[in-house]
Amino acid sequence: MSLPILVFVLLALSVAGYVLGRGKAIASAGGDARKLHSLPNYYGWFGFLVALLPAALVLLLWLPAQSVVIDNQVSAMISDRAAAESSLGLVMSDVERVAEGLNLAVGAGVMSDEQAASIRTEFTDVRERLGEVGVALGSDVTSETLQAAQRYRSMASTGDLLRTLAVVAAALAGLTFVYKRTDSAFRARNAVEAVVRWILILAASIAILTTVGIILSLIFNTVEFFSLYPAWDFFFGLTWSPSFGGGSELGILPLLWATLYISFIALAVSVPIGLFAAIYLSEYAGPAVRAVAKPLLEVLAGIPTIVYGLFALLTVGPLLVDIFGDGGLLGVGWMGGGTAVMTAGLVMGIMLIPFVSSLSDDIINAVPQSMRDGSLGLGATHSETVKQVILPAALPGIVGAILLAGSRAIGETMIVVLGAGAAARLSLNPFEAMTTVTAKIVSQLTGDADFASPEALVAFALGMTLFVITLGLNVIALYIVRKYREQYE
Amino acid sequence: MTDTTAPTGRAGATPARKGSLLQVDALTRKRNAAETRFKIYGLSAVGIGLLFLVALLATILSNGTSAFTQTFITIPVPLEKTEIEAAEKSIVKTSKYRAIIGKAFANVLSSAGVETDMSAKDLDKMMSSGAAASVRDFVLANPESIGTTHTFDLLASSRVDGYLKGRVTRADLVNDKNLDASHLDIVDRLNAAGILQKRFNWQFIFGADASDSRPEQAGIGVSMIGSFFMMLVVLVLSLPIGVAASIYLEEFAPKNRFTDLIEVNISNLAAVPSIVFGILGLAAFIQFAHLPQSAPLVGGLVLTLMTLPTIIISTRASLKSVPPSIRNAALGVGASKMQSVFHHVLPLAMPGILTGTIIGLAQALGETAPLLLIGMVGFIASNVPDGVAAGFLDPNSAMPAQIYEWAKRADPAFYERAWGGIIILLLFLMTMNIIAIILRRRFERRW
Repeated sequence: MSLPILVFVLLALSVAGYVLGRGKAIASAGGDARKLHSLPNYYGWFGFLVALLPAALVLLLWLPAQSVVIDNQVSAMISDRAAAESSLGLVMSDVERVAEGLNLAVGAGVMSDEQAASIRTEFTDVRERLGEVGVALGSDVTSETLQAAQRYRSMASTGDLLRTLAVVAAALAGLTFVYKRTDSAFRARNAVEAVVRWILILAASIAILTTVGIILSLIFNTVEFFSLYPAWDFFFGLTWSPSFGGGSELGILPLLWATLYISFIALAVSVPIGLFAAIYLSEYAGPAVRAVAKPLLEVLAGIPTIVYGLFALLTVGPLLVDIFGDGGLLGVGWMGGGTAVMTAGLVMGIMLIPFVSSLSDDIINAVPQSMRDGSLGLGATHSETVKQVILPAALPGIVGAILLAGSRAIGETMIVVLGAGAAARLSLNPFEAMTTVTAKIVSQLTGDADFASPEALVAFALGMTLFVITLGLNVIALYIVRKYREQYE
Repeated sequence: MTDTTAPTGRAGATPARKGSLLQVDALTRKRNAAETRFKIYGLSAVGIGLLFLVALLATILSNGTSAFTQTFITIPVPLEKTEIEAAEKSIVKTSKYRAIIGKAFANVLSSAGVETDMSAKDLDKMMSSGAAASVRDFVLANPESIGTTHTFDLLASSRVDGYLKGRVTRADLVNDKNLDASHLDIVDRLNAAGILQKRFNWQFIFGADASDSRPEQAGIGVSMIGSFFMMLVVLVLSLPIGVAASIYLEEFAPKNRFTDLIEVNISNLAAVPSIVFGILGLAAFIQFAHLPQSAPLVGGLVLTLMTLPTIIISTRASLKSVPPSIRNAALGVGASKMQSVFHHVLPLAMPGILTGTIIGLAQALGETAPLLLIGMVGFIASNVPDGVAAGFLDPNSAMPAQIYEWAKRADPAFYERAWGGIIILLLFLMTMNIIAIILRRRFERRW
């Protein structure tokens, strides 16, 4: 039975469980629902869940287990010689394609099931026969691959049969349990609520699972990278020049330098503007100005980063070249091309303005009114109150906000991919093109790279570095902000 | 006041103030000036922020609107049976069709009174290289049209289009081997005769991506479908999971280590760079689980993980805003804790939850970086998926990834497409946000 049909059957059995549970409960109460412990529908839901959940669990565990078992059995059939010629993984993917092609051929009626199980490369051109049903194979099928594919098919069909039996058996066992268990005294509501509670806990744990997934996927691949490339050279190398032919130098320092440089420029743009905007909006602006200006500024935060990237590449870059480039407005000739640290930094600064301003706005508003009143009562002007009372009081929170903005800037991808350039270099000139950690993650993992090469795996080490840095900044910032809030609560 | 308290007569001290209160002294003037300056700084910071917004929007509109029009050449093409049959028999079918169109175009030129000594091959450069394919598609779809003369609106080449839109000037064409100034003379004449026209470009909105040499044919429609399927995945997964997680954390979770761990986790996940989620998707869904690369399903899964923290945070806020009296009343008439939450608290919090979900979806719709890592970029948005399963599983792109793809290409004609794509993307985002605002205004209750 194919998977969709099986799922459908399972759902049908669960609905049967609902009807069974509800019916049995009402029957056991002699048709009088008042004699039941719970409302009749709870008995129904109990039947539904007990029929569905164990069987679904069996199915979910079965699916990966079956493919692992088949893979192991079939790859044992492949001789060392064939595996040595290319890699075992490539041979296995060939086997899977042939098996899939045979399935399609049977499905299309080109071959009978027996034919598919018995054809031999000596007698039939398998590649051509499969080409007829639209499965294109890169090379001719060796007899070994074909036999493996046929074994793969037979194991898969046996596996599917067993899977169907196991799932249906589990569902039927659930139904039997429901029938035995249900009577008028059974506390169906409590049972259903316990199950629902576990579902809620499971949903809440997905956040943890995601983090674990991120950490595991980064760690495994990073460890593999460090087995191919020395960690010392990665962390302290001054050159970044990957070449997929081999002999690459993969030092992170130039990337890290550009990342920090761009983030610094972004913060230099966004912090003063964002902070002053927040001060003005929370301390000076009337309700009308605030109601218009605040949402408008926040529109900047809602614009996708790809838009900022394009803005940097096509508008800000050429504009800066017109000013700082050769024969530009200033005639200084500092800038060669549109993509530069300055371009990316400026645009990223624009993006971060609403981020800084809305965080600072919250923090300034959290400063108790009594402190303002006290300062104004002593004769200070409004600006003196802001500078000497509110800002010092809000300082920890604002530092937290700046750290959060910094972690945003370090992790930002699209703006630097489009606006900062592709060459890695260590330079102080902000008008030169440099490239960052995030931009290199993208460039190393897109394209036809082989995942086993250090040039592709380095992306995971870069990702790990990025994750650790941003996580560290976030943890510190959130800690500071939380401490600050508690101080005035 | 200072008169009585300030010590007088001491050397170096500020002299006692003698003037009237109505006369502003130097220090006060200085302080007032500082006050004004400070206020101006603040005002100009707000002004600069808004200026950036206006500049950004103005750039998008001024560069992008031209993508919605496209230049077409109206040519009546005689579809002669013998010629079509010969073309279908040949190996390079489109080049034969090209010759048919070329002939028809020459006829159009002479009947419009445009004199030219250009060869057919040179004239052909004014037309899109996809024109022949579109004529052939028409003939194959309507075999009964063979033998008649059908009037086609064929795409002009991107440089002709750029000339009419002002992107390409005569000076640019000096080093261009595809088109030269004499072509533009013809274009001017044809334009005056109404044979060559700019028209609204439906193909840009509904069409597929086209290869590097045919920017005039490229459209964002297929990647829009990719985005749509991704958003379906995000909605179907993140709304129930997010709501369930928030209900547990807000209503049931005991205060313990495990709950604390979840809370810290969620707030940290909200700040993890999006590209890290892309790495997770690549390693977990593609390398480990062997899901198909570039599929909207995988993109949707990655974006789900990314938007979950946003949805959980906003859902918790709206659950929190339901007053405890509602819960107490439900418990008081005998509901269980679970019933009080699902029957009373959740419906009341629903507008807030939906608002948060829509905003989360809008965020996911504009996200690009993780999609690049799972391969939803490159020349893949070229076929409309046939069917729902194919929509989820066949390689496709997404709107922001398609825009990135265009921004990377060398021909500036694609930049116009990229800006145009941004207009469409922003329209979607604007609509979603407006719906969210309306929901909030209309249904949110203040307790």
